[in-house]
Amino acid sequence: MSPSQNKRWKALIVDDEELARHVIREFLQSHAEIDVAAECANGMEAVKAVAEHKPNLIFLDVQMPKLTGFDVLELIGTEVPVIFVTAYDQYAMRAFDVHAVDYLLKPIGRERFDAALERAKTRLGEKLPPGHELAATARPPQQFLERLVVKDGTKVTLIPVAKLDYAEAQDDYVALATQGKKHLKQQTIAGLEAGLDPNCFVRIHRSYIVNLERVVRIEPYGKDSRLAILTDGTRLPVSRAGYARLKALLDERK
Amino acid sequence: MNLHGSLKSQHRIYKVAALPIACLLAFLLHTPDGMTWLGAGVLGFALASIGELISLPAWYSCRIAPVQRTQVWRLLATHAMAAQILTLLWLGAGRLIARALAFIPALQGIDARFDQRAALIYAAGCVFYLLAVSFHYVTLAQDAAREFETRAMETSIQARDAELKALKAQINPHFLFNSLNSISALTSIDPARARDMCVLLGDFLRLTLGLGEKNLVRFSEELDLLQKYMAIEKVRFGARLTMHEEIQEESKACLLPPLLLQPLVENAVKHGIAGLPEGGDVRLAVQRQNGRLAILVENSWDPEAPPRRSGGLGLKNVQQRLEARYGKDASLRVNTEGELFQVSLSLPAESEEKP
Repeated sequence: MSPSQNKRWKALIVDDEELARHVIREFLQSHAEIDVAAECANGMEAVKAVAEHKPNLIFLDVQMPKLTGFDVLELIGTEVPVIFVTAYDQYAMRAFDVHAVDYLLKPIGRERFDAALERAKTRLGEKLPPGHELAATARPPQQFLERLVVKDGTKVTLIPVAKLDYAEAQDDYVALATQGKKHLKQQTIAGLEAGLDPNCFVRIHRSYIVNLERVVRIEPYGKDSRLAILTDGTRLPVSRAGYARLKALLDERK
Repeated sequence: MNLHGSLKSQHRIYKVAALPIACLLAFLLHTPDGMTWLGAGVLGFALASIGELISLPAWYSCRIAPVQRTQVWRLLATHAMAAQILTLLWLGAGRLIARALAFIPALQGIDARFDQRAALIYAAGCVFYLLAVSFHYVTLAQDAAREFETRAMETSIQARDAELKALKAQINPHFLFNSLNSISALTSIDPARARDMCVLLGDFLRLTLGLGEKNLVRFSEELDLLQKYMAIEKVRFGARLTMHEEIQEESKACLLPPLLLQPLVENAVKHGIAGLPEGGDVRLAVQRQNGRLAILVENSWDPEAPPRRSGGLGLKNVQQRLEARYGKDASLRVNTEGELFQVSLSLPAESEEKP
């Protein structure tokens, strides 16, 4: 018996269907050590509730309005064990890939539910990779990001990739520039680059990725380096390797 | 391939060709010197009437030596040999006829004249053989092309049938899984409602399977199915889902392919309402006017909702089925106006004939 089994648990139930939440709540009644801290009907509420209640177990539906379960995972990180709940077995497979503690398929059976709970208890405290890396694994192969999710405190912003002007590396974060605003997201620039369509976004510099649509012209700047001028007048440094990539892409487009 | 029928049509074509051939032969026999027009005419007709001795067997030699799949030397050898044999046969038969004709007083000595012209007639026979062969090759090629076309058409019809069957048999499993999960929740909250839901689900499945077997159904039957479907989804989504119907009474008797509207309504729920935290409304408006049936399925949606991979497939299937059934006489239009997603169908209003 691990010592964690003696403590009290705070669980969060996230599902957009009231009846689906009810099933989980009912199954939890026979586990006296678990309190339901909150129930959320969508991903936005879930992100807020995680910050507010600091739960140590989350039941997370995959298909929800606005934010999917995978988006929520990306935003809240993996300090909290997550059990995905879904009617779609292909999502269940992906949930497994993202090292979710376990997944439950609807309709949920009590035995399976109890087993998942046991698993969550034994896996508590295991170090898991950061949320955005998991989210990248969860993305189906050969499919690029369609939008970026950013969290500022408990406020969640969705940025369609077409509206991303450029991204700038800032230590452990990337600053996403869109429509004159910048949003900070905990992710490496290489990680972001991997999720973006290479035909639309170019790594022009060690610290910069630019949306090709925004580039108006390239100007020389000092020895061996250049500047990219964007539609809104922003000037971004272009390294020699970055220029080669940019040129190759533009030639390809002709 | 219908060998017998093809041979029959060759025979018929030869009958038509026999007259000009007879004239040609008469001309050949008369022209160089001396055979009377009478003798030349009679002999010409006699030879032409047994011309099928050459033309019909030529059809077989064409079949055993298909022009694309036979080496050139073999092709030449086959036809040279066939030409020799058939022409000699024809010549022999002609000679017997000439002998017989010689007994007629007016045609005395015609057999001797025939023998004098044997070389010429032989040459004509070879030419006929060659003409027959080329004619047969052309018709064989045409037959093959026609057969190919028919087979291609049959295959495409079969493929379409298969697709329709698959479509009809399609019941979204996730809809079932989610419904079962709702029932599972209701068993402890409200057992009576759980039972109602089981009945609804049973009715829905039975209707889907039943309608799927028909080619056309009355709109009222499809509407019944849609209402069952919505009732089930309303249990699942609760207050988030509302439905408004504007159904003109006359439209209910109209006929349409079964389960044509079900995927549209399912899409409205799955891709529309399910993506809205506050839910929304699905509106179904159907009316018959000026011999056409106009159907509108409208739902609120979130234009920025995360795209779902199966999106568009249902719409495409509906479009294909409309095309398969009505060709250009039906249309499907999608209109996304801000927060409304509209699909409108227009098809010919058909009704059951009164017995």
